[in-house]
Amino acid sequence: MRLRKFGLGLVSALALVASVGMAHAKSDIVVAMQLEPPHLDPTGAAAGAIDSVLYSNVFEGLTRFGPDGSVNPGLAESWEISEDGKTYTFKLHEGVKFHDGSDLTADDVKFSLDRARADDSQNAQKALFTGIESVEVVDPLTVKVTLKEPNGNFLFNMAWGDAVIVAPESIADIKSKPIGTGAFKFTDWVQGDRIDLEKNADYWGEPAKLDKVTFKFISDPTAAFAAVMAEDVNAFVGFPAPENLPQFEADPRFQVLVGSTEGETILAANNKLPPLDNVKVREAIAHAIDRQSIIDGAMFGYGTPIGTHFAPHNPDYVDLTDNSQYDPELSKKLLAEAGYADGFTTTLKLPPPSYARRGGEIIAAQLRAVGIETEITNLEWAQWLEQVFKGKDYGLTIVSHTEPMDIGIYARADYYFQYDNADFQKLFADLTAENDPAKRSDLLKQAQEMISKDYVNTYLFQLAFPTVADAKIKGLWENQPTQATDLTAVYWED
Amino acid sequence: MLQYFLKRLLSLGLSLVAASVVIFLALEVVPGDPASYMLGLNAQEDTLAALRQELGLGGSILERYTAWAGGLLVGDFGTSYTYRTPVAGMIADRLWVSLPLALYALVLSTLIAFPAGIWAASRRGSHADGAIMGVTQLGIAIPNFWFAMLMVLVFAINLRWFSAGGFPGWDAGFFVALKALTLPAIALALPQASILTRVIRSSLLDTLGEDFIRTARAKGLSKGQALWRHAVRNALIPVLTILGLQFSFLLAGAIIIENVFFLPGLGRLVFQSISARDIIVVESVVMLLVFAVIVVNFAVDMTYAWVDPRLRRRR
Amino acid sequence: MALLFRSRTLLPGAVLTLLFTLAALISLVWVPYDTTVVDIANRMKPPSWLHPFGTDQFGRDILSMIMVGARTSIAVALVAVGIGMAVGVPLGLAAAARKGGLMDEIIMRANDLVFAFPSLLIAVMITAVFGASALNAIIAIGIFNIPVFARLTRGAALSLWNREYILAARVAGKGSARISLEHILPNVANLLIVQGTIQFSLGILAEAGLSYVGLGAQPPTASWGRMLADSQTMISLAPHLALFPGLAILLTVLGLNLLGDGLRDSLDPKLRRART
Repeated sequence: MRLRKFGLGLVSALALVASVGMAHAKSDIVVAMQLEPPHLDPTGAAAGAIDSVLYSNVFEGLTRFGPDGSVNPGLAESWEISEDGKTYTFKLHEGVKFHDGSDLTADDVKFSLDRARADDSQNAQKALFTGIESVEVVDPLTVKVTLKEPNGNFLFNMAWGDAVIVAPESIADIKSKPIGTGAFKFTDWVQGDRIDLEKNADYWGEPAKLDKVTFKFISDPTAAFAAVMAEDVNAFVGFPAPENLPQFEADPRFQVLVGSTEGETILAANNKLPPLDNVKVREAIAHAIDRQSIIDGAMFGYGTPIGTHFAPHNPDYVDLTDNSQYDPELSKKLLAEAGYADGFTTTLKLPPPSYARRGGEIIAAQLRAVGIETEITNLEWAQWLEQVFKGKDYGLTIVSHTEPMDIGIYARADYYFQYDNADFQKLFADLTAENDPAKRSDLLKQAQEMISKDYVNTYLFQLAFPTVADAKIKGLWENQPTQATDLTAVYWED
Repeated sequence: MLQYFLKRLLSLGLSLVAASVVIFLALEVVPGDPASYMLGLNAQEDTLAALRQELGLGGSILERYTAWAGGLLVGDFGTSYTYRTPVAGMIADRLWVSLPLALYALVLSTLIAFPAGIWAASRRGSHADGAIMGVTQLGIAIPNFWFAMLMVLVFAINLRWFSAGGFPGWDAGFFVALKALTLPAIALALPQASILTRVIRSSLLDTLGEDFIRTARAKGLSKGQALWRHAVRNALIPVLTILGLQFSFLLAGAIIIENVFFLPGLGRLVFQSISARDIIVVESVVMLLVFAVIVVNFAVDMTYAWVDPRLRRRR
Repeated sequence: MALLFRSRTLLPGAVLTLLFTLAALISLVWVPYDTTVVDIANRMKPPSWLHPFGTDQFGRDILSMIMVGARTSIAVALVAVGIGMAVGVPLGLAAAARKGGLMDEIIMRANDLVFAFPSLLIAVMITAVFGASALNAIIAIGIFNIPVFARLTRGAALSLWNREYILAARVAGKGSARISLEHILPNVANLLIVQGTIQFSLGILAEAGLSYVGLGAQPPTASWGRMLADSQTMISLAPHLALFPGLAILLTVLGLNLLGDGLRDSLDPKLRRART
């Protein structure tokens, strides 16, 4: 037995030497990322890691996100929207096949959407689908979706990874054997280590340039650094230790892409918990914090300061950082006006990511400088969800909201920061019902200003998304408009 | 002997039941909901309820305990909440890392400790003895995860002889896999080897003082011959006990080292499962480890009783 | 007193232990720099006259952090040993007094049960239930000290119960509780002190391990294990971040072990031959 293993090792070592010898026209890639998916059903869990591996590569939706966050046609080649904005008629591409060989038809679309909005649905983003009144199959390539109310976001919603089209017969095994329509087919999953994909020869659209893709999961930042340095992996998307990026930038073997994400990183405040229910106190907190030193200290300079809950790369973004300039003296003055001249004590609960843990220590020090004492508690995600998100048992917390276009959470009075403002709720209802782009843009800007002036939370920075890759790899997404590692256009330069 | 055996067997059974109750209750009160962990920030209440239903999180405590414990009796460890695969399979996969790692560390520690301990004992009071004892003091005092970090810095980052972590799997070839386990095994072995060296040395010195050694020496055997022919064999009993203890410690206690080197072993599985509130995995792994320790202890007791009937009464 | 210094290990052990105890005590009233103030502009500076051990990733003085960390480590380990003694010793005495009885059996089986649990896993479970904090680290380490002291006490007490003077006390009508307190306990005290030192050093290591995996004292309280964990990704940029906390743990544990060995040799000459 041992001899045989040794023999195999020798053979694979020889194979390795051989493959290194033929360096030209490389068509396989090893992409590393930090988190491993818990299972492989993008429509049945919130874990972003599922989409990071499968979105666009294996599974596709009616619409899809482009690298710049635009919403493009996906499996639907075109659509018509009725006058009242309630009916969407999607025309599907012809000749689309699932990886098991069956054809994609309007029935599959109806099945997928109905499954996501059903009573027993386990879709983590069920809200995307609850506005659907009915889904009708018009003919095998046409499907009509009727909404309860007009929804200007509907095409955007359909581009999410949670809205991909799945085939009814593949559902039973989808968690371990995903069958989609994408340019890559799933081949193997070695739990705790890697997932393999291969090129889908029968792809309906532009075929992939790579023949074989391996996703490797390396959660430890030190191991990540060493794996890239040793060229064990060809690319690392979402590199976990920003402090190591300068070393890669200085090395001609690598390219470092620092892209934007939809992750607004905020110091969230419990708006119903005294003294944080006082807007002056929240304003004081905002002025006590020096964003740049947090970006430098926690993220080693990678990140864009924000003054509201909106992505800076969005055309409708308004720069409101002036509302919360770093000004400890003003902060102390505001605290005194609010009746807390001697400061107060509150809790600061931190989830696991390093932006929160490192940022938390810096923020605690900065708040202490104006007289606010914080009791830091480090939490795991499950505890954070239980205590902070569900139980609202917290004063302050740091978290990055990575869902795209999620300013609507401020319209939910029961959301964990408990911001209950009827004006904002009305504004957001108007926005949802509006289909006119100019008016939408105006309403979005008003919404950003309202939450900034109300100092609901302290808006820190937009999370950066660093990718380290072999310098010869082209076509990687730089930004993260949604959690995805779209490899359909990636190739090796000779 | 039979009566003693039966009595100990009963106590073994009771211990296992007590352990399972303790583990179950302790994890029952762990706050956090696996369903909301999986479905994230935007999950709706009805979706969460649907998922909880599917995971079998309903039912009373007693029902869930009997379902779990009953399953264990027939070798069914349940199904993981997050991975949705049988826990038994996951444990088996992880054991393929943890077990070889523990063995590797044990072999290393034995290979270091026996020569060092015997040598130190045979040259008691010499500079060599002093040096060996000094090094073992350091070996016991050094935090093994720090030692591991230093090795990563030197051998993985600077010299690039080893990879800084991860495990390619046994499919990648025996020596490739073994190489990946080398730094972790050294980090685990160092404190164990230090303890073992001291135990070997002191138990050798104990036996060297005993009558039969004096007799042997009186018969004309040299000190070295006496050491080899008689003392080493007789000193082996306490040493084997320590080795047994160390093995179960290595199996369960490698969590931190598995973290440093990012090895997909049992300890890391428990760690990840606790964060994901995949309670059924935690329960089953901890129960398995406790079971292993209790059974090993039982076997050791039985062997002693067999060898030395006096112990039966003393216990 | 002269007897105390018969051991070669006692003096270095005592000096190291004293050094770190002093560092911890001084940190209560004074540290070179405030460890709760961050100074991003001055981060990861190598050792210099101003900062003998350099500064960390937030620009805090590492020497000051080590001093405060000594306080955390020593406090956690000391209280954990206290718990182990406070609970374990009475249990051991009681078990010995009722040797072979139901109470003895229950106590010893419960001990075996605790021993059977992988200690680190239990610590992880405890912190999962109650959250990570220094207090929970103390409880987790303390629980595993209980059976150690219970066994030791029982073993030592058993041999004393057969002595003539105990028999005499019995005949004089003293209850077993009183005998345990007045005659047994003083005679096992030496043994307990030696074991206490050893458990203390194990406690320091355990605390470092727990806070390394994020389950010990929470920031801004400095702790050696967390300093190591935080510096891990920066080890190639600034090795001094990982060097000094590691050395602090090593030297403290080494000091306590040497002290423990030295005490054993001095207090219990019978063991001398075997252990040094």
